Amino acid sequence: MSGPSDYQPTNPVVKWIERRLPIFGLVHSSFVAYPTPRNLNYWWTFGAILSFMLGVQILTGIILAMHYTPNADLAFKSVESLVRDVNYGWMLRNIHAAGASMFFFAVYIHMFRGLYYGSYKEPREILWILGVIIYLLMMATGFMGYVLPWGQMSFWGATVITNLFSAIPYVGDSIVTLLWGGYSVGNPTLNRFFSLHYLLPFVIAGVVVLHVWALHVAGQNNPAGVEVKTEKDTVPFTPYATIKDAFGVSCFLLFFAWFIFYMPNYLGDADNYIPANPGVTPMHIVPEWYYLPFYAILRSIPNKLAGVIAMFSAIVVLAFLPWLDSARTRSSKYRPLAKQFFWMFVVVCVLLGYLGAQPPEGIYVIAGRILTFCYFAYFLILLPLLSRIETPRPIPNSIAEDVLAKSKGKSAVASVAIMFALAGALFAGSAGNARAAEDLVPPSQSWSFAGPLGKFDRGSLQRGLKVYKEVCSACHSLNYIAFRNLADAGGPGYSEAQAASLASEYKIKDGPNDQGDMFERPGRPADYFPAPFPNEQAARAANGGGLPPDLSLITKARSYERGFPQFIFDFFTQFQEQGPNYVSAILQGFDDKVPADVSIPAGSYYNKYFPGHSIKMPKPLSDGQVTFDDGAPATVPQYAHDVTTFLMWAAEPHLEQRKRIGLQVFVFLILFAGLMYFTKKKVWANAH
Amino acid sequence: MTTASSAGSTRRDFLFVATGAVAAVGGLATVWPLVSQMNPDASTIAAGAPIEVDLTPIATGQDIKVFWRGKPIYIMNRTKKQIDEARAVSVTELRDPQTDQSRVKDGHDNWLVVIGICTHLGCIPIAHDGNYDGFFCPCHGSQYDSSGRIRQGPAPLNLPVPPYQFVSDSKIQIG
Repeated sequence: MSGPSDYQPTNPVVKWIERRLPIFGLVHSSFVAYPTPRNLNYWWTFGAILSFMLGVQILTGIILAMHYTPNADLAFKSVESLVRDVNYGWMLRNIHAAGASMFFFAVYIHMFRGLYYGSYKEPREILWILGVIIYLLMMATGFMGYVLPWGQMSFWGATVITNLFSAIPYVGDSIVTLLWGGYSVGNPTLNRFFSLHYLLPFVIAGVVVLHVWALHVAGQNNPAGVEVKTEKDTVPFTPYATIKDAFGVSCFLLFFAWFIFYMPNYLGDADNYIPANPGVTPMHIVPEWYYLPFYAILRSIPNKLAGVIAMFSAIVVLAFLPWLDSARTRSSKYRPLAKQFFWMFVVVCVLLGYLGAQPPEGIYVIAGRILTFCYFAYFLILLPLLSRIETPRPIPNSIAEDVLAKSKGKSAVASVAIMFALAGALFAGSAGNARAAEDLVPPSQSWSFAGPLGKFDRGSLQRGLKVYKEVCSACHSLNYIAFRNLADAGGPGYSEAQAASLASEYKIKDGPNDQGDMFERPGRPADYFPAPFPNEQAARAANGGGLPPDLSLITKARSYERGFPQFIFDFFTQFQEQGPNYVSAILQGFDDKVPADVSIPAGSYYNKYFPGHSIKMPKPLSDGQVTFDDGAPATVPQYAHDVTTFLMWAAEPHLEQRKRIGLQVFVFLILFAGLMYFTKKKVWANAH
Repeated sequence: MTTASSAGSTRRDFLFVATGAVAAVGGLATVWPLVSQMNPDASTIAAGAPIEVDLTPIATGQDIKVFWRGKPIYIMNRTKKQIDEARAVSVTELRDPQTDQSRVKDGHDNWLVVIGICTHLGCIPIAHDGNYDGFFCPCHGSQYDSSGRIRQGPAPLNLPVPPYQFVSDSKIQIG
């Protein structure tokens, strides 16, 4: 992509092709001989990481589409079947879901790097604008992908985001109807989002080609921000940049794999494990983390149209950056003021992201407005002003000189101070939050399946199944569990014969037979646990208007806030057990003594841990209700622990496999990244 | 790698080869799940469990078609004439030599159970049709006799007999 190549093939076949289609020359000049500045640091490997992530997303996406059904009635179920029944389906789904987050994480680093080192400045304006276009396409793709599982957050995310367009005067409503293909978000919306979600990544790939083309015409920027002058300033792309990028990718994979195998739901929302319900909006609706700063900007403007305009402007303003910042010095390394303001801008973005996840009330609204002002002030006031008044430090004459002058002690003090300020601000914010949420937090229990080596306790699973059968199943279905699952590896440990005999205890409705009648027959291993009620209306009628939720996913569909800084520690300790803690707490949280300040309507019951404390379910468990054969105590805490363990298995039957493969992957990746490090050092030894 | 220092060169080569080998192992391990996911999933396999079929409604000379693992299975209650025809053929002259006795269960000679998929290219042959009192495939004209053996046309093999057994005299289990 950088002009005619001087590539001279020797192989006659290659020669023959090259004369007719100079594709080898193109590859050679773009990815082998292409000169890269020799002073690039590791922030520059994120370009390669992003290309890699795009490939991963397209590959896993094509595979997921083989198992996914874009239909409002079947989408949620098809995702569950994928995760439960398809070989390695859980892994592919985790890769794709966490991959979206990793893609955005990498693109934000890539963008901040461009911002810091002035990579948008002449002659790289088009390169930068193409990047902004890619980013916009990514946002559209990510949003539509999030809709596809058709959970509560999918549905309401789709509703809220499409309603943004209704703010457009005169034509807004027509545009929204056009997006929906109906009077509300529904099956036609899901179908077109699926189609577009499949299409857009290829559009992104196309724009990436333009992006790389523009990059190879203008040449890469570098930390010194001075243009390449002589050959001494550069090294050939292969092997130098290739090996460095590969090392960067291998380190990034370690980070990525942590999410895939150990924290698959850390970045997701528990509500999305509840199937889409057009009648109920989740209590606290938030977009995926990568949209949070823009969501905060949207919410901080008290006018619908102005809010939407502000949100889109926050992205569009990036495209004008090359002209807003007219300073001649590229790299912030040599711009003492711009450098400080850059870090402040980073903090503003992170804080906006934090605010985007908080309820829009009280201090959060005011903070949101101040930070929104700061965000725009950075681009529209500060950068134009700085480029006129700032006196930059002298820049090196050449890249080679920069490389030699290196290893001067850097003042990291400012960044550290900013990090502490950031942590302090977040902590103050969450302290205010803790005051707002006076609800009792479910106590953390010790679960055998927690942690990197977690395994289910077989005895607990079998006792939990007994509790489900004898108590819960009177009202709650377990729709995604088939009798055959009881004999699966990593499950309760029954034999296939035991599972079959358990199935035969149930009557399953089948038919029609040759006479056209439905009939009942004994269950088979392939059958699913039958639901206690034939439909939602029957379930509500029998339960005082309340709908007992399906329990297959309950331990993943319930959660509670952990707050700052707890949620950061959770990432390292692999804490993922909010759901089990909550379910167990609810089962033990009933109390006959209702506190004075709580009023419980007739037909409801007081529960300490239930949001709002008023629950339609009567106290389900009492001591001695279920007898265990293995001598485990017949107490409510034991029942709650066992049935929660069972329901955790029901929500994620492949948990043990996930953690086992995770360990293998980590051993491999650490070995590989280590080897890559030494290989990279060896290769670069020649260059210094 | 054309340096004069052979010791350094060896060590470097070893590092490169080791890294490349580990990368190759990782690549192959990654390909495995990506391919494995295309196999039938657990629910498909579970749905392929054996089925039971009641034979009482099938009169002599009639047949029914049932589905097992998504495949049509012909269950034919053969007439005396059909059985005699099938057994009168000289086995050595057949394209896919099999005796009629080996294709039915002992003591249940009237029951022919075959997978109704033409061994040529997968069309479904029509029962009680063709020149051999058996099956005729409309796609490319393959003809099977009353034992489901290929007699004429492009198909290379007889109609396969699925695994099945008699649970009682009037009931079979397929699979």
